[in-house]
Amino acid sequence: MSQELVLGIYVFIMAIFVGFEVIARVPSVLHTPLMSGTNAIHGIVVLGAMLVAGSADTPLLHALGFIAVVFGAANVFGGFVVTDRMLEMFKKRQAPTTSDEEVKTKADG
Amino acid sequence: MADLRESVIAVSYIIAAVLFIFGLKQLSSPSTARAGNRLAAMGMALALGATLLDRQILSFWSIAVGTFIGAVMGIYFARTVQMTAMPQMVALFNGMGGATAALVSVAEFLRLSRSGTIGIGESTSIVLGTLIGAVSFTGSLIAFGKLQELLSGRPLQFPLQRLVNALTLAAIFGLGGWVVIGTGGATALWILFGASLFLGAMFVLPIGGGDMPVVISILNSLTGLAAALTGFVLHNQMLVVAGVLVGASGTLLTLLMSRAMNRSVANVLFGAFGASGKDSAAAATDVHRTVRQTTTEDTAIALAYARSVVIVPGYGLAVAEAQHTVRELATDLEKRGVSVKYAIHPVAGRMPGHMNVLLAEANVPYDQLLEMDQVNGEFPQTDVVLVVGANDVVNPAARDDPSSPIYGMPILDVDRARNIIVLKRSMGHGFAGIDNALFYHEKTRMLFGDARQSLTEVGQALKSA
Repeated sequence: MSQELVLGIYVFIMAIFVGFEVIARVPSVLHTPLMSGTNAIHGIVVLGAMLVAGSADTPLLHALGFIAVVFGAANVFGGFVVTDRMLEMFKKRQAPTTSDEEVKTKADG
Repeated sequence: MADLRESVIAVSYIIAAVLFIFGLKQLSSPSTARAGNRLAAMGMALALGATLLDRQILSFWSIAVGTFIGAVMGIYFARTVQMTAMPQMVALFNGMGGATAALVSVAEFLRLSRSGTIGIGESTSIVLGTLIGAVSFTGSLIAFGKLQELLSGRPLQFPLQRLVNALTLAAIFGLGGWVVIGTGGATALWILFGASLFLGAMFVLPIGGGDMPVVISILNSLTGLAAALTGFVLHNQMLVVAGVLVGASGTLLTLLMSRAMNRSVANVLFGAFGASGKDSAAAATDVHRTVRQTTTEDTAIALAYARSVVIVPGYGLAVAEAQHTVRELATDLEKRGVSVKYAIHPVAGRMPGHMNVLLAEANVPYDQLLEMDQVNGEFPQTDVVLVVGANDVVNPAARDDPSSPIYGMPILDVDRARNIIVLKRSMGHGFAGIDNALFYHEKTRMLFGDARQSLTEVGQALKSA
């Protein structure tokens, strides 16, 4: 085994522990947003797609790289935006009446 | 200068990895979750920006155009989708990530195989990355189709299904071994790709709509793993770290979610939920089949003269987009001095937290949302429970009937309240595809129709009550 592969396996195993530890105490209300957030993070694979597309030298590799970049970019951008929209709903808010008034004052001003 | 370039890339990747870890940490607490998501997005921007410095990249055209198209598509769907359709959106984006991982694996194989032999570490990663990415792609598309109701939510089974799946998997491992030892070549890998796409679809089709949250979570962690494998092929530690982070946290999340539903992961994957439920439901059928219907006027009066009302929202509320209507009704009731609470089952709707998100959107105050453990003790003192489009999470069979497929799932004990009014589109089944004894209970009244329309009519009737 090459030195690099061994190092990669080390990183792999350490990251498993970090991944488990870091979300160990998540409340169930956040399960969906957290799934959506991790979904966006694995969009990092678009990085691989960029390397393929940028170094492609045959039509087939160009095509594969291009499609991979499109899908990967959709995963990244869509993933983060959808997560943000979900989490927007969790922000602290005052009683409905006061926020309605606030909106009115803002509109008047 | 080349060294400086590489150092910049390496340092950026390390910072990005730290941002991902802190982002995930913050995502698991309500007050910091939104900031956490932004932190992770910053990490992503840094990692992708640094990658563009890589000397391997000769042409930026396809990257620029591809990223633009993907970003526009992703952002457009993410911004325009209804809050109720969020779960299937996650499935769709996850499928795209899976497809990316599989395509990158195949492309790298084609590139590396031109320049001589491929190391065993790389070829194994390529085979596994192609397999897992492709399974995640078609599996997610099927999950999307089921949640979007393009496909039936019920488990689809056909004869010899398990045999077909086992043979496909065996063929994939055979082809994979052939590719790894270096004689299979590109043709074998393409066939493996196709077989994996087929396997992904076959793997999700027999699983019922109610288990889709767990399935999407599994596919999510699989895509993370596939991304990590492409990292081994490309010798890119950033891909390994981020991919494994998602793979591991996704696996833990899957376990937490199935624990909330009291289902084992193996049961979800191979149980074909609902298909076996018909027998026990049929047995209970003959005992008491009387359904007592009610009208919107009677419902309004029952609510108006109650002291305490608990609203139990479910997927029907999401489908009818009735969250605002239900909040208006609750406000009117409170003006009359009725105490109104919402009982939130952890897996009501199609995703854990689904109901919290919808009700928060409708400005329902936090302190009115009660979790299952808080509210279950209150039901015996509750005058009226209003069940809005929930089914399996209030099915007493989960508590009382050991032969029921959902036996053991924690439920909201609404049958202990004084009166129960159930708003429902029809007598159709929930995701579990099983009958619900609550609907035949003598204290239960059924109000059929679209939840939003029914609630609007109840609200109007309330004004004259």
